Amino acid sequence: MIFPRFSWVTIAALGLAHALSASVCSAQSVATERVRVVASFSILADMVREVGGDAVEVTALVGPSADAHVFEPSPADARRVASAQLLVVNGLGFEGWLSRLVTASGYRGTVLVATSGIAPRKVGRTVDPHAWQSLNNALVYVENIHLALVKSSPSQAAYFQKNAEQYSAKIRALDASVRERIATVPAAERRVITSHDAFGYFGDAYKVEFIAAQGWSTDSEASAAAVARIIRQLKARQVRAVFVENVSDPRLAQRISKEGGGVIGGTLYSDALSASGTSGDTYLKLFEHNANALVKALTVR
Amino acid sequence: MTELYDWFIAPFAEFSFMRRALVACLALGLSSAPVGVLLVLRRMSLVGDAMAHALLPGAALGFIAAGFSLYAMGLGGFIAAMLVATLAGWVTRKTGQREDASFAAFYLIALAGGVMLISLRGNSVDLMHVLFGTILAVDDDALILMTAVSSVTLVALALMYRPLVVECFDPGFLRSVGGRGGLVHLLFQTLVVLNLVSGFQALGTLMAVGLMMLPAASARFWAVRVSSLFAVAALIAVASGMAGLLISYHAHLPSGPAIVLVAGAAYIASLLLGRRDSALQFLLRKQSHRIA
Repeated sequence: MIFPRFSWVTIAALGLAHALSASVCSAQSVATERVRVVASFSILADMVREVGGDAVEVTALVGPSADAHVFEPSPADARRVASAQLLVVNGLGFEGWLSRLVTASGYRGTVLVATSGIAPRKVGRTVDPHAWQSLNNALVYVENIHLALVKSSPSQAAYFQKNAEQYSAKIRALDASVRERIATVPAAERRVITSHDAFGYFGDAYKVEFIAAQGWSTDSEASAAAVARIIRQLKARQVRAVFVENVSDPRLAQRISKEGGGVIGGTLYSDALSASGTSGDTYLKLFEHNANALVKALTVR
Repeated sequence: MTELYDWFIAPFAEFSFMRRALVACLALGLSSAPVGVLLVLRRMSLVGDAMAHALLPGAALGFIAAGFSLYAMGLGGFIAAMLVATLAGWVTRKTGQREDASFAAFYLIALAGGVMLISLRGNSVDLMHVLFGTILAVDDDALILMTAVSSVTLVALALMYRPLVVECFDPGFLRSVGGRGGLVHLLFQTLVVLNLVSGFQALGTLMAVGLMMLPAASARFWAVRVSSLFAVAALIAVASGMAGLLISYHAHLPSGPAIVLVAGAAYIASLLLGRRDSALQFLLRKQSHRIA
């Protein structure tokens, strides 16, 4: 039968559309449910959202601007964990409250330790948990998250793969850009003061020295000797900038900078994203913000 | 000579934060120690720590109303703690309940209320970190607050010394001579709450309660009269503050715990070797008795 050409085109188009919608429908019917992921804190949650895209439903236990070192879980958190299909945690001792929460909630699913495969930084015998402050480590995080998501929902492996690759590319690009910017500051002048020792990995990766009065956890107290040492360094102009953080009391850093004659260089985002709509509400923006603030403070005379 | 200077004076000469910490200790010690002595005499030694919890609902309400404003939260905390202390005192006077049990009941209610409020509206961590200070970070506001509270306390104690002491030991007598014991009690509670809340904000719970109670507990091993107790407690508090700061400086130890542990060491030394009712005294007394 000879039909008018446009009819063939129409029928072909309709056929194609039908086939496409059928495949989409079938894909949706196979996985209409999004994978329910619970991440321990906001930075991990953001990474999971980037890799999982629309196929995951992520909640963070410790939200933006909150401190995971001293977090205390509530029954709502236990319920959230219990109904999750995947639990993503940092590990390296960052979440001291986690094992009890997992036991209490009765969660029996997979727990992904996002830092698996990362050689942790140690000082003496303590392990520094803030591994996400190095973009190279972030690549390992993304890969671990990617593999875990694929295991949870194999039918969407291709989608996760694509997202993971795009995100990793963005991370690599940011890394190159950060290195370039930091290279504009002479090595001898790359010293800053922060509230707690959260930036060790950043310091190692980009050759910046971070000095902190408080130790690893925001829960510890500073000694007068540590504060004195920092002030001396500030006074001798060996250190140029003091930074406060979004998760700890700024008063100590303010006191130090007032006495040492330095200026507060701004806020660094250490252990959590900032509130949505602000300059650190995704992991990449957080990193970008930190790098910019550091370079700006270090190049001001 | 320079050795002595290096050990004791140099840290304070060189660093402003050390001088501020010393002044804060001085202010805290001078005013909290006498208040602590009175608390010990009234058998309310555990009030200090309980008060840290009692101010929670007020601080939470202050936070809800005005965000991370130290003034709002401090004021809220002060009002909440005053409410708890006043209610506890009032219940003691009007019912058969003892003062310490009454206080325990009310502070627990307040604490639970505070936790509830915070859970409904946000993260407790931020609140506590902002509200409670540290001795190494005493800024101008905190210094003014501490010294003002200290001055007010000392003047108030001087003005109401007699009714206050009598109310401690024999409230019935005070009432019988028309001494307005209720008013004195209320004023005393205000002093307690004032010292504690300002201590928390400037220096944190550990130091505020530690320097209030430990020197007071030690003083009873050295003195008998209330005024002497005041003097000894204040002396121990100030000395612990200075020694603790120096130890924190030279031995690289956290300052708050160092100060309180020095006060603790003073307490242990007092209970073992004090002039009055200490372990040593009991030992010596036994030896002097010879029953025929």
